[in-house]
Formats: sequence, structure tokens, C-alpha cells
Amino acid sequence: MKIQSLDPRVNRLALDAESPYENNVLQQEDHFQTYQVFHQKKRGDKHICVGIVHAPSDEMALVFAKEQFARRGETVNLWVVNTRHVLAMDYDDTDIFSTTTEKIYRDPAGYKVNDKIDAYKKSQIDV
Amino acid sequence: MYGGGYIHDSEGKKAPEQLQEDPALLAAFQARIDRGEKIEPRDWMPQAYRKQLIRMIEQHAHSEIIGALPEGTWITRAPGFRRKLALMAKVQDEVGHAQLLYSAAETLGKSREDMINDLLNGKSKYSNVFNYPAKTWADIAVIGFLIDAAAIVNQVANSKGSYGPYCRALERICYEESFHLKQGHSIFVYLATGTAVQRSMVQDALNRWWKPIMHFFGPSDVMSQHTEQLMRWKVKMASNDDMRQQFLNMYVPKIWEVGLTLPDTALSKDPETGKWNFGDPDWDEFYEVIKGNGPCNSERIAVRKASEQNGRWVRAALHKADERYTIPLA
Repeated sequence: MKIQSLDPRVNRLALDAESPYENNVLQQEDHFQTYQVFHQKKRGDKHICVGIVHAPSDEMALVFAKEQFARRGETVNLWVVNTRHVLAMDYDDTDIFSTTTEKIYRDPAGYKVNDKIDAYKKSQIDV
Repeated sequence: MYGGGYIHDSEGKKAPEQLQEDPALLAAFQARIDRGEKIEPRDWMPQAYRKQLIRMIEQHAHSEIIGALPEGTWITRAPGFRRKLALMAKVQDEVGHAQLLYSAAETLGKSREDMINDLLNGKSKYSNVFNYPAKTWADIAVIGFLIDAAAIVNQVANSKGSYGPYCRALERICYEESFHLKQGHSIFVYLATGTAVQRSMVQDALNRWWKPIMHFFGPSDVMSQHTEQLMRWKVKMASNDDMRQQFLNMYVPKIWEVGLTLPDTALSKDPETGKWNFGDPDWDEFYEVIKGNGPCNSERIAVRKASEQNGRWVRAALHKADERYTIPLA
């Protein structure tokens, strides 16, 4: 079922499609680092985490972030942060965010005084 | 593009190895998925879930990379500057999708190097359609329009799955795919409404690609325990047949409306059930191509190997020996 290749890369480079897979194994030391990418759409907006790039250095991470996350639409700025510099909590520890006590005192809705004001005004008229 | 519904699974044919998982953890895991929660990289997950997702996301990533090859050959020959720019943008998107998907797969613990090695040594597969040649410019229309459309059907389903990093990657991918589909449809319509020669060119491309397109979602699912488990875990979101029906329903009318035909004479919609009937798309050929005997299997891998080899010195020059890899947070 094989055919004469139509791929100019194959024809011009005279690639041998039948060559065995050898001396071509990527080693673990080839492994680049990962960077978290933060994208800002307009000046004044927050930078928002949009994904990851795999890059050999900080500068290249910015180049790849531009290619990967700023291909279309608006972008004014990008940040990259090496993944190893991100200190993250564990999802197993979500119980630390749960609170047992009522926290209404932290909420604007926890402060209702209109009843008192109305009652006061009323008492002044009555007098 | 390009995550086909069919996930090559050589191990699935063997008796599934029953790993001893803690029943309490398994039940809690299932409950989270049933509640619609997403699973994140550092959460506990069953071994079988992790394995299947790695296999699936990795094959999807490879399909993006290999899928860019038949289209890439047409960049230099695209008719006109606008078409050339669009095709370059599409090919760049596809390679970008592979990067996003490799990152998502990495969060599950398989390194990118291992994935690329497994692509090059044939252990890991990619979507079968890319083992067919793109002979004329009309093939680019058919690939961009119909194969991207088929991929969107599959990817939209998968983006509602349970693994967070994969879903997030797919949302972005689907957004870009809609441009690919539109530009493919535009080329398709231009050819179909063009000169007699252009029409016959696109008809010929359709005739050649119809079989691989019918293969795209894979054969009917064997509803094994394994498949049911994957569906309960929201790893597999729809059956191959359901996705194929959805694709036929959406896109066959768009082919017929411009007066083109499909080579399957049995293809028709049952007015009672709303289901499409079709002839046997030759599953023997499908399995033969998966085994490596398709028209372009060896040259696709050869091109990929050459780019790996030619790019090696760049990687080596950029490499910093004292910097250590960190699994992405995704």
C-alpha cells in the first residue's frame, strides 16, 4: 500500500523512511523546564494564568509563551514563572479553608442599623 | 484538530489487569466525578484512570504533530497569499495544540521525552487519517473542513470529561479549531462552486478521503466492562457510533448542498429513527493501516525523526544542565 512520497521534505532531504529507530532516543537530560504563563489582555487588567510552556530558559519561556498564548486576540503583556517557584497547597488540605464559626462580622451585610435609626426617628417625633 | 475517537489500546484486548485499589478511595473518587468535580493532577486517582488518560492525551498530542505534516506540505503551494497565511496559521495552531496536550499528559507523570520516544519507536499511535497522502489542494479543503469537523465533535465531547488539565487544554483547542473548520469550509465551497476542473478536483478528494473519515471515530465500541468503567469515570464521553452519527448528521448535508456526492451508495438518513445508514467502510483496511501498513505511515515517522535529529543541536545549545524539570501544575 506504500506510495511514492508527496512530501517535499522527504523528497528533498532524501529521508530514508525505512531506517531503524536508533541513536535518536531523547534522554531525560534533554528535558526542559516548565513555566506557568500569565496573560494580560489590556493595561490595567489582571494577569491571568493561561497555561504552561516547556522551555530551556527564562527568556525562551517568554518567546514560547508569546507563540503559544498570544497568537490571536489582544495581548499587552505576558509573565512567565518557573513552575518550581510556585508554592502550592495540596487539594487534600482543603479542610484548612473551612471555618466553623460564623463570619458574618466580616460581611457588610452583617451590619444593619436602619431599624434602629427608624425607631430613633420615630421616638423623636413622638416626643 | 485531531483527537480521533479511536484510542489505540493494545492492552485493552488482554484481560484487564485488576489492580488492587482501595475501595473507599475508589468510591470517593467516583462520587466526586458524579458530582461534576474535575480531577486535578495531584489528586488521588485509580491507576487505570491515569493510564488511560495518558494514552488518550498522548495519542491526541501525537495526532496534532503528525496531522500538521500532510497540511504543511501544501503551504508552499497554497493558491494565493491569503490562503497561504491561513494555512500557516492553522499548522502553527496544530503544533501549539500538541504542546498544550503534551503539557496536560505530563501532569499525569509521563515525561514529554518518553512520549516523543514512544511516537518515534512506534509504541504510541496517532490518528489513522494522517497515514493517507494529501495529493491535491482539494485534499486540504477536505482535511480542514471534514477532518477538523470530526475532531471538533470528539473534542467538544471530551472537554466535558473529568480530568481538569485535559478539559482546559481542549477548551482552548476547540476555540481555535472553529477557525480551522471555517477556513476548510471556505476552500471547499470555493472549489465546489468554481470551474468544472475545481469541482472534479474536490469530488475526487472527497472520494479518496471518505473511507478514512468514516474510520476516524473507530469501529463500534465493544461494550466491555473496561469501556463502561471509562464512561463512568468520564474519560470516554460518547460512544464511537454516537459521535459518527452526530458528525454525519451535521456535515453530510453541507456536502450535498453544494451538489457533491459521497462514494458510499448506502449512505442515507433513516427518516424514522433519524439515524444514518452507511456501507461497510472496510475495517480490515483500518486495522492494516494501524499496524503500520498505510500509504504514509513510514514517511510520517521518518519526517518526525529527521526533525528531532535536526533540532537536536539547538536543544543541546539551549540546555542548562543545572536546571531541573518540574512537573507542570496545569
